[in-house]
Amino acid sequence: MTALVKNKKTTHEIELAGQLALLDLTGAMYLPAHDALLVADLHFEKGSSFARRGMMLPPYDTRETLVALCDAVFRFDPKTVIALGDSFHDIGGPERLGDEERTTLADVQAGRDWIWVTGNHDRVLPESIGGQVVEEMALGSLTLRHEPAAGDQAEIAGHLHPVGKVVMRGRATRRRCFLTDGQRCVMPALGAYAGGLNACDAAFKPLFPKGFTAHLIGSERIFAIAKSMLCRD
Amino acid sequence: MSDVPPSLLPKIFRDWFESRGWAPRSHQLDLLAKAREGRSVLLVAPTGAGKTLAGFLPSLVELTERGPSRGTAKEKRGLHTLYISPLKALATDVARNLEIPMAEMGLPIRVETRTGDTPSHKRARQIERPPDILLTTPEQLALLLAHAEARDFFKDLRRVVLDELHSLVTSKRGDLLSLGLARLMAIAPQVTAVGLSATVREPDELRRYLVPQRAAVSLPLAGRDEGWGSKSRSAVLHSDIAVADTTPSLAELSPSHTTPTPNPSPQGGGEIPMADLVVVQGGAQPDIRMLELDEPLPLAGHTASLSMPAIYDLIRAHKTTLVFVNTRLQAEYTFQELWRLNDDGLAIALHHGSLDVSQRRRVEEAMAAGKLKAVVCTATLDLGIDWGDVDLVVNVGAPKGASRIMQRIGRSNHRMDEPSEAYLVPANRFEILECRAALDAVHEAAQDTPDARIGALDVLCQHILGMACAEPFKLEGFYDEVSSAAPYADLSWEDFEACVAFVATGGYALRAYERFAKIVKGKDDLWRVRDARIAQQYRLNVGTIVESTMIKVRLGKSMRSRPGTVLPRGRILGEIEEYFAETLTVGDTFLFAGEVLRFEGISEDEALVTRAGSGTDPMIPSYEGGKFPLSTFLAARVREILADPFEWDRLPPQMTEWLLHQRRRSILPGPRDLLVETFPRANRFYMTCFPFEGRLAHQTLGMLLTRRLERAKLKPLGFVANDYGIAVYGTGDIAARAARDPDFLDELFSEDMLGDDLEAWLAESALMKRTFRQCAVIAGLIERRFPGEKKTGRQVTISTDLVYDVLRKHEPDHVLLRAARADAATGLLDVRRLGMMLERIRGRIIHKPLDRVSPLSVSVMLEIGRERVYSDDADEILAEAEATLLDEALA
Repeated sequence: MTALVKNKKTTHEIELAGQLALLDLTGAMYLPAHDALLVADLHFEKGSSFARRGMMLPPYDTRETLVALCDAVFRFDPKTVIALGDSFHDIGGPERLGDEERTTLADVQAGRDWIWVTGNHDRVLPESIGGQVVEEMALGSLTLRHEPAAGDQAEIAGHLHPVGKVVMRGRATRRRCFLTDGQRCVMPALGAYAGGLNACDAAFKPLFPKGFTAHLIGSERIFAIAKSMLCRD
Repeated sequence: MSDVPPSLLPKIFRDWFESRGWAPRSHQLDLLAKAREGRSVLLVAPTGAGKTLAGFLPSLVELTERGPSRGTAKEKRGLHTLYISPLKALATDVARNLEIPMAEMGLPIRVETRTGDTPSHKRARQIERPPDILLTTPEQLALLLAHAEARDFFKDLRRVVLDELHSLVTSKRGDLLSLGLARLMAIAPQVTAVGLSATVREPDELRRYLVPQRAAVSLPLAGRDEGWGSKSRSAVLHSDIAVADTTPSLAELSPSHTTPTPNPSPQGGGEIPMADLVVVQGGAQPDIRMLELDEPLPLAGHTASLSMPAIYDLIRAHKTTLVFVNTRLQAEYTFQELWRLNDDGLAIALHHGSLDVSQRRRVEEAMAAGKLKAVVCTATLDLGIDWGDVDLVVNVGAPKGASRIMQRIGRSNHRMDEPSEAYLVPANRFEILECRAALDAVHEAAQDTPDARIGALDVLCQHILGMACAEPFKLEGFYDEVSSAAPYADLSWEDFEACVAFVATGGYALRAYERFAKIVKGKDDLWRVRDARIAQQYRLNVGTIVESTMIKVRLGKSMRSRPGTVLPRGRILGEIEEYFAETLTVGDTFLFAGEVLRFEGISEDEALVTRAGSGTDPMIPSYEGGKFPLSTFLAARVREILADPFEWDRLPPQMTEWLLHQRRRSILPGPRDLLVETFPRANRFYMTCFPFEGRLAHQTLGMLLTRRLERAKLKPLGFVANDYGIAVYGTGDIAARAARDPDFLDELFSEDMLGDDLEAWLAESALMKRTFRQCAVIAGLIERRFPGEKKTGRQVTISTDLVYDVLRKHEPDHVLLRAARADAATGLLDVRRLGMMLERIRGRIIHKPLDRVSPLSVSVMLEIGRERVYSDDADEILAEAEATLLDEALA
């Protein structure tokens, strides 16, 4: 569905709860030990959700998000794909899915274990969407859930849509990012219309009492940025 | 007085003029006569000519003759005159000024204002029982017209008075107003318009604006077959020029002056309909000069710090002085410097748009009461509010445009028969050239030509929804109405349809939103708004001014017990642009509200600051953005002065010396040429060029040039731009490449950079994204964020940057992207001007390889380090941040 740009360094290695994790330019994470690909906050059909309220956003967001999803899935070709909640922007989302998008989704699911973790936007998912629906799950020592929970447990979650803002000599950039302290990781939102919450927001504080490193997704590669280098909005 | 025919001016008015010892001015009578013939008229007059009274005279006379309404329900009368001003404050001011003559004559006329501040019970009453004259703004007119009662409210309207028309028509507000005017004329075919304008070089654009541009137009409503356009409204040439009173005209005073004659307009039934024209010649020749110093001015910089003592002396020697500057930050700097010198404790105040409203009002009141010695101000005071007894205007920095400077000078001696006194204060050597050019223009009474605006499509989208809220419409009739508005005269049917489709469902090729449509076509072919909720959405969104989001600046209190902790306990000082705040880091100092402040961080959507210790110099550069780029007209004059040594006599000696030096070391380009200099310096290679097209166009040029140099493997590192030129630097030797390949520079500057290179850059450009956001808000794609409204979190709001990315990829020709590109052409990116420049210099590039920097180039080189280096490359910024972490780890 998409051509990869040459020379792009698409993955970035980190250690999470004692195992290797590959952070991907699309915003996905691959765990080689489990042959599992994780994505968070796809927010499919956010455009049409807004359109219902009179804001006619371009109806291509689901398509765009699927491009990124397929790109990651086809490259890593994992046995298992886990979507960490808010995969649809609202309960009516799956029903509004266009035919073409529905087919694409079925194609990418084919031959894999597909797990939808539910989120606050999509507490209920219809069977027609394929795959398995769970509230949370364990993957080895890791807990996977939508909303991160404070505590010592190793966990991977979404929900907060972290973005990091960096200002260097008067030039600023704001990018989606993975936040991690080595035990917990909050993943960036993958949805084309999913906005972001600044990593300096108080919401992240209880999750990372000892601080975190932000892995910001640039255009060509991922950059590890110290918390002290991040700015508020 | 005796020669005024009583039929024209009723006795009560003549008596009033006499009782004041005045005579009606000839242009006032002229305009009255034309208005009474049922013609639309443009009145062009300098400040102080009694423009406002002239504009209202026809209405006052008619209303007086009509006699008072007895107020019975049967006799209920509609609105007679609608007055539109660009400023709420101006409308209020005019209402006050009208009250005096009306009270003195005892005229039974009801005048009311309607602005955003008008309480809702009064608004409701105004609809119920309209006043005779209503004073309002373009946005309020749009709201009134979107009202279900609009047709009834305006049906008796006779006259529309548009004040400060020259300033309104150059913006999207002018587009919105033109559409409103078209609707008014459709509702009330008897309406005639009076436009009031400051002196403009080409009044024809404004004359077109006032009258419908199509000969025959049918009503937008089904069920009415009588076309209002059948009554020909085309203008008749009116060439008599009214000269005020006994004041000698500018033409008599200045032999070099050529009297501008109005362009002949087609006679009745001609091709381009235009309003009649009444021109008042300028009053006394302004007494205006350049402030010259004994010491040489710096080559760059905009602070004019050397001139401050002289400005202070001028303030001391005059009664009341207005000190105009171009940007808010310059205002801050100038204010601070003047107070540093203010041993006499003169009452010097500061006025700019970012200050807290109450603070601004206090300054305005003190000014009106004659309590101030001087006010340092920005464009916020450009427009016509009466400022009392100003006897000197000082303009600090580059004048930027001839019309702008005239307008500002006009603020002194608000009586046209006394000369205005004014000084132009250049801050650097290039500004000397610009001031010289502006002085020449003022003496010739030459003006910049405002470009005719092509009506913006996002504004049309907003209007379409508003009109659907008012009443159902049919496409054909509505199209005719819209294209009768001058800015939309060339609107194609396809674009119109695209806008309607956008309003309905977003207008996307993928028809996904039919069932959510905001406006729906019925079986009767009439389009209707879907429900009251959509109409409410429209009302909240109306208007074309999308403020760059401002955040409040609050003074914080440091906690003694816990050093480093600042509590948000102090008062609000004003507002700064969000994007400015975004580039501040804790500890940065900057000038605001006349003080040096230290940025302490953002707390709850407010910027928290403390007072920096006395003697602290602000770290953040005090010159922000070229808000007004050098006008094309002045730029051409500057290039001419530069090219012609015979002109140099009229420049200060330091300037002549500098230019001679440049001619010895390098060359001075001809008025149509582009000089490109290359030279090495400290392990880097530099290329400078001087297009004189204004900072915005130069920034765009810099972005595109660096892209091309990158591709040519010349390793550019960055560039800086000012109003006059740019400097690009890198590690590749451009001169060597140009020597090897004689076509290299021609290709580098070729016009095709506005093709793919521009497109590729626009994909990433933060400026383009900001432009798109404004279009998206105006067109109603997303809801306006109101000041003070909290950011509502990640799920509720939608980032237009994300929408831009998606739309660009899937529908690059979507109507909103076209609207954004049209804005970029003239707005923040000034692509249109860059295009004109590239065309002008084709085959006229003069390359001068040098072994070191030339006198001319020094000026732009000095911007390096002072100015922010522009780059939209996120990876570059991130790599630097990442490296900082590594440095810290290794240290």
